[in-house]
Amino acid sequence: MFEEKDRHLCIICSKGTLDMAYPGLVLANAALMEGIDATLFFTFWGLDMITKSKMTHLKVSPIGNPSMGIPNAVGGLPGMTNIATTMMKREIHKLDFPDIDEFLEMIVDAGGKLYACKMSMDMMHLDGEDLFDGVKAVVGATEFMEMSEDAQILFI
Amino acid sequence: MTTKEIAGKTIHFDDSGFMADAKEWNNEVAVELAAEIGINPLTEMHWQVIEFCRQDFLANGDAPNVRRITKQAGIPTKQLYKLFPKGPAKKAAYVSGLKKPTGCI
Repeated sequence: MFEEKDRHLCIICSKGTLDMAYPGLVLANAALMEGIDATLFFTFWGLDMITKSKMTHLKVSPIGNPSMGIPNAVGGLPGMTNIATTMMKREIHKLDFPDIDEFLEMIVDAGGKLYACKMSMDMMHLDGEDLFDGVKAVVGATEFMEMSEDAQILFI
Repeated sequence: MTTKEIAGKTIHFDDSGFMADAKEWNNEVAVELAAEIGINPLTEMHWQVIEFCRQDFLANGDAPNVRRITKQAGIPTKQLYKLFPKGPAKKAAYVSGLKKPTGCI
């Protein structure tokens, strides 16, 4: 039941919206709670999740999202993105899930490793100073291949 | 359901391998369960977590998840993973004689 597991989960986070940020964090944290190694690689818009100026302001858009049940014409009205975001955050807090920054801190404290994608950093003109302190390093795609050898990979 | 002799008592375990009846638990049982999963000895900090888990289970009927233990018992995440490595909520529940925790966080 508590045997040591030789299992490693690598999660590629490529989205910067609130609804797409949580799945990767929840799964990484769940892996760590189960004694599974977890590595997170943030690329493209996923970098917003670890960019200090953006990580606490991620939003969810009601546009083009049929699951929300809001017609696009209504979802496009000014302020609708903020309303949808506030509502989703409220539900997230009700379940006692932390905000993105606190969640990342929990993951790092639990032994999870965070890496930023070099190409995306260059594209968005970011440097190490812009990133959340818990990020271990900025790495390229080939380095990611090395560190994810024998790991299970999830792309979100 | 299986039974095992632990600390001179017959203890019942459920299908997940966790104690079926929290009332069969006592401190000696905890020490043996902990040793069985490689946690030896139990320090004061371990007991603090165990006490919180027991109280929370009696109050809510569920073994607490990691976030609940860190927030409510005031044990930092890092510390909790050191006390109960590779599976803190599960191991804490096991040693505390509780059912397997089901929380996602």
